[in-house]
Amino acid sequence: MKDIIGVLKTMVPLAAPFLYAAIGETFAQTSGVVNLGVEGIMLLSAFMAFYVALITGNLWLALLAAALIGLLMGLLMSLISVTLKAEQGISGIGLYLFGYGMSSLLFETVVGTVTTINGFQPVKIPVLGDIPILGPIFFQNSVPVYGAFLLVPFAWWLLNKTTLGLKIKSVGQNPAAADSLGINVDRIRYFSVCVGAILAGLAGATLSTAVVNLFQDNLTAGQGFIAVALVYFGGWSPWGVMGGAFLFSFVNSLQLWMQVLHVKISSDVAVMLPYLATIAALMFSVNRARQPAALNKPFERGES
Amino acid sequence: MQAKKTIGTASFSHRPVVDWSNIVLHLLLPLAGVGVALLIGALMLVILKANPVAAYAALVDGAAGSVSGITQSLVKATPLLLVGLGICIAFRANVINIGGEGQITLGAIAATWFPLTFSTWPGWILIPATLLLGFLAGAIWGFVPGILKARLNVNEILSTIMMNSIAQQFMYLLIRGPMMDPAGIAAGTFLAQSARIPEQATLPRLIPQTLLHAGAIVAVVLAVLVYFFLWRTTLGYRIRAVGLNPDASRYSGINVPFYQAFSMTLAGGFSGLAGAIEIMGVQHRLLDGITSGYGFTGIVAALLGGLHPLGLIPASILFGGLLVGANEMQRTVQVPSSLINAILGLVVLFVSGSALWSRRWSARRQMGKQEEEKS
Repeated sequence: MKDIIGVLKTMVPLAAPFLYAAIGETFAQTSGVVNLGVEGIMLLSAFMAFYVALITGNLWLALLAAALIGLLMGLLMSLISVTLKAEQGISGIGLYLFGYGMSSLLFETVVGTVTTINGFQPVKIPVLGDIPILGPIFFQNSVPVYGAFLLVPFAWWLLNKTTLGLKIKSVGQNPAAADSLGINVDRIRYFSVCVGAILAGLAGATLSTAVVNLFQDNLTAGQGFIAVALVYFGGWSPWGVMGGAFLFSFVNSLQLWMQVLHVKISSDVAVMLPYLATIAALMFSVNRARQPAALNKPFERGES
Repeated sequence: MQAKKTIGTASFSHRPVVDWSNIVLHLLLPLAGVGVALLIGALMLVILKANPVAAYAALVDGAAGSVSGITQSLVKATPLLLVGLGICIAFRANVINIGGEGQITLGAIAATWFPLTFSTWPGWILIPATLLLGFLAGAIWGFVPGILKARLNVNEILSTIMMNSIAQQFMYLLIRGPMMDPAGIAAGTFLAQSARIPEQATLPRLIPQTLLHAGAIVAVVLAVLVYFFLWRTTLGYRIRAVGLNPDASRYSGINVPFYQAFSMTLAGGFSGLAGAIEIMGVQHRLLDGITSGYGFTGIVAALLGGLHPLGLIPASILFGGLLVGANEMQRTVQVPSSLINAILGLVVLFVSGSALWSRRWSARRQMGKQEEEKS
């Protein structure tokens, strides 16, 4: 029983980076743009947040720096994929390589060795935090982790209950029709990709300043790509994405605990689990009908 | 106006006439992309308080300043060319293979296991058998995402990225377990690497005292073969047709999912072969970092080579040189070689971004031609 609570207690903070990144990607994909560069944004912003926290000790400044990096990389991605209408799969891989290379380069030149920082501390929510079992699992986490969970209903509201959300959906479903109604397709896509990228930046910052409290080469180890897969898995709905994020952080947490408890299974096999689970999740994504019709398709005026 | 489908910088044309200005455009735009990326790299060096002139001088000197540099560049160009060929084939069928890393790993595992198991076989049979097995192992790793895309419409970019991580863990499992070097176990060092493959299974050196091995020739011959395969055979024609216009292909009776899965399998095979050649020609044993990121750099080379098997030859030599030069840069001016990764990312962004310009330019030229014909 103690181990089960342990697994669940580790699961909740591990879900936060997935949530930020996957909710962000939901925005981008709902507008019709697949941003495969999430992993690169997460890596570079995770480094930036770590570095700012290391130098200034100010964790809020660290989050801000990460968001700024996310915004800049989102603008770059939008420029290439929306304005220049590049093949999105390829430009995303370019953004990934750039972010990965830059994060390694900066880490090696300005930090050099793996150092831990004083990251965000858990904040116990009054009353709720005292509930047995559920309290320690859900209500004794750090601020960025709470933020990730609050983001889910907010994203749902924004996408489904506001004019802006409707515009985002319309440019993802039928950009030509949206364009004829006077919606600026490119502007909405820029906005959605940038919001997604800022959230990917926060995902990286959460990882390096609230979950593991350090930076090392390739810190994210594919989490950004898994986050993109979660969007397919969650059927482009924030709630679905949250379900997926829990599933994956559970597998991740289980994998970590299996190593801690010396379960008779090779740690190499255990580390494979999240990746295998991702492929399985992609195989059994049932909500494919909800896929934005113009996903992965650059919009050009006058093209039928 | 006939819409021209363009992927990356490659345009699909039936005209047998060599269109030189088109070729020049397709050469210049990507090279300009590399140039701009290097300039931004220089800017980053300035910010990092390094001397960009000295750094790039070290890079060029390391890559092309000596026989050893040139041969090393060619050694690194070999796997890039092979991986890139696979990416070309897949891309022509409109499938994006990001799984090079995993496929190289599988090829390398197979090409280590086989000669170690059949270590008494003579080289003339061991070498081709090992190369073939490496190809097959990579092909299996490409087939899985291929069939998942064909049957269940699983996004191949995501599945291949996951397959990369699985392959890497699988390799760790082997070199920390059943395939660990018995000598390391006996000596108590427990290094995570396999034993050396037998001498007769290694590829012969082309120039004595250098690292250049026969794999380079294999790669170039295969590039020419892939060119003939894609443009002179029915199978190749269908692969290109599927990529060019899947709907039209379907109506004309081509089994689109089959050709996508098939091209992915071939792509995996070429990457697997790259892994096998890396073992047999360079490392001679399985160890961590065997892929050296070739699976990703191969994508960059393929894009820069215009997704054309023959364009890939100079492109992979260029990137092979960049990788060798980056190591020299790290050694002499202490600039981490990861700078090159960031620059490679920028190259991908710029090259994929410039496709629009080349497409519009081609369209404008074609319209101009039509008007000329009218008047």
